[in-house]
Amino acid sequence: MTGALVVALAVAWLAGASLLPARAVRALGALALGLPVALAAPDRRAGALAGLALAALAARALPARVLRRLAWLAPSLVLLVFATCALMYAAPGSPFAGERVATPQVEAALRAQYGVPESAFEFFGVYVERLLRDGSLGPSLRVQGRSVADLLGPAVPVSLGLGLLALALAVAAGLALGIAAALRPRGLVDRIAMGLALLGISLPSFVIGALLLVVFALGLGWLPVAGLGGPEHLVLPAVTLAAPYAAYVARLARAGMLEVLTLDYVRAARAKGLPERAVVLRHALPGALLPVVSFLAPAAAGILTGSFVVETLFGVPGMGQWFVKGAINRDYTLVLGTSLVYAALVALLNLGADLLYGWLDPRVRDAA
Amino acid sequence: MTGRGPWADAWARLRRDRGALAGGALLAAVAAACALGPAVLGSDPLTTEPAARHLPPSSAHWFGTDALGRDLLARVLVGGRTSLLVGLAATAVSVVVGTLYGAAAGWYGGRVDELLMRIVDFLYGVPYMFLVILVMLLFSDTARGEPLPVFLALGLVQWLTMARIVRGQVLALREREFVLAARAAGAGDLRILARHLLPNALGPVVVYATLTVPGVILLESFLSFLGLGVALSWGQLVAEGVAVVNPVRSPWWLLAFPSAFLAATLLALNFLGDALRDALDPRSVP
Repeated sequence: MTGALVVALAVAWLAGASLLPARAVRALGALALGLPVALAAPDRRAGALAGLALAALAARALPARVLRRLAWLAPSLVLLVFATCALMYAAPGSPFAGERVATPQVEAALRAQYGVPESAFEFFGVYVERLLRDGSLGPSLRVQGRSVADLLGPAVPVSLGLGLLALALAVAAGLALGIAAALRPRGLVDRIAMGLALLGISLPSFVIGALLLVVFALGLGWLPVAGLGGPEHLVLPAVTLAAPYAAYVARLARAGMLEVLTLDYVRAARAKGLPERAVVLRHALPGALLPVVSFLAPAAAGILTGSFVVETLFGVPGMGQWFVKGAINRDYTLVLGTSLVYAALVALLNLGADLLYGWLDPRVRDAA
Repeated sequence: MTGRGPWADAWARLRRDRGALAGGALLAAVAAACALGPAVLGSDPLTTEPAARHLPPSSAHWFGTDALGRDLLARVLVGGRTSLLVGLAATAVSVVVGTLYGAAAGWYGGRVDELLMRIVDFLYGVPYMFLVILVMLLFSDTARGEPLPVFLALGLVQWLTMARIVRGQVLALREREFVLAARAAGAGDLRILARHLLPNALGPVVVYATLTVPGVILLESFLSFLGLGVALSWGQLVAEGVAVVNPVRSPWWLLAFPSAFLAATLLALNFLGDALRDALDPRSVP
């Protein structure tokens, strides 16, 4: 019952967010921000009040772009979880059909104990109720005696830290390469930078990672091979993860810079006698950054999922391994928990990129 | 001024691009080797030879042998068939789905467009690796290691950008006079779409499809690396190579040859795609 109700609500919300007038959509966005507060509060009445207050504050303070995105976010997450449930249930096998052959009675008892009914709809209902009532992601179905939160708790900071490090690295290296390339198009620096970018886009990350491993960890012995200890363990995974995105950023920054450098305001800056350095960094760069910033959100999503492979390669104990293990073992709750955390992280990064974009581009800021 | 069409122009520009020619030649060589090589060499990728385990490259086994004594050259060539096939087939799926979807959104416009594009936005937000892995699970009993589920799963996550491109093109083209002229001549919706709009939108589709092929091959290799891909592909061979890297005595050839083939193919495809984009859209050249 609850499952069907929540799905219907999400679909209706989604239809509203695409069909209602702009003001109503902004209100929905503000409500989406207040809703978790209202649900998480121990006291119903105080929670509802706090949620409404937050929503009212958000409606005034946040730009329309962000509110629109929030309006989409809440039902999207719900539908994502439901779609994951449906796919997991549609896949052959079940979490209780493991090595030991369980009798139907044993399996029924296990299903009742872990809250895993026979149908995806019912399971989704149980899952959402538990999430809203206790704020719990439930017990892991296959890792004995551990909850999903126990498993993901230590993994989230690792994956997030690795992802942010890689993102920062990609942006820094990509911008430097792209700007250097744009200053002398078709020059030597341009050719080298764009050649590197093409390599970064073409080589699979595990080949880059394996090469780095062989050279820096096994050959030179400068860095540890695998596992997690100090920050030095994150260097090779972060570089590996960053390489393709640094390549894209370099291409975007080069194209953006080339375009901006031909604009009138840059010519005006040159005409009034500013040094080239100031023209490029103070005047042209903000404009040239826009395509890079709009690439940040997909890059963040890609880096987070790309970490599946890199975490496996370097033995980093992040979230990716839990998703893969969960999917292979049909550990429904573990898969759902990982998907939910990933999707929420990606959504947060998207929001951040949106805010940054509006801050950099006055046209977007004023239109909002 | 001769009356050459845009495609002839593009072809002429492409032929002058040495990078594109080199990429095309490399690609043709790899494809030919993968298609004909195993038959010519007469070696089998699955025959094990217990006496010949982990042999370095030699005249008998040009690329050496793996842990079970299987000939690596044969494995690389046969694996290449899978990888190239996955790239082409999944790209075909993505082109068909993306073109139909994007054309519908661009043609009908308004609310339909809004709704369809919102769905695309939503799917963009879902980490594609999840979708691929979950779709692969659906086939895990019936067709594990078979190529078909991989084509479908990869094609079904790759059509989003294609849909956006086609939609943008159709949206811009449908207001043009030649569409009005076609309509005045009595052409129906489908005929206008198929005969007047889509052919004009073909350039960007071809470019993006060329760049999708390496993307898909890359994704398949990730899946193989995680143990979820097609049974014998470059990705799986590289994964086997990575697994045996160790500081004492590495069978380096197990990593080097599959990686080199995979990287060279992807590089050539990207080269070709970039050159094609420059050739079809002269404005994009600085």
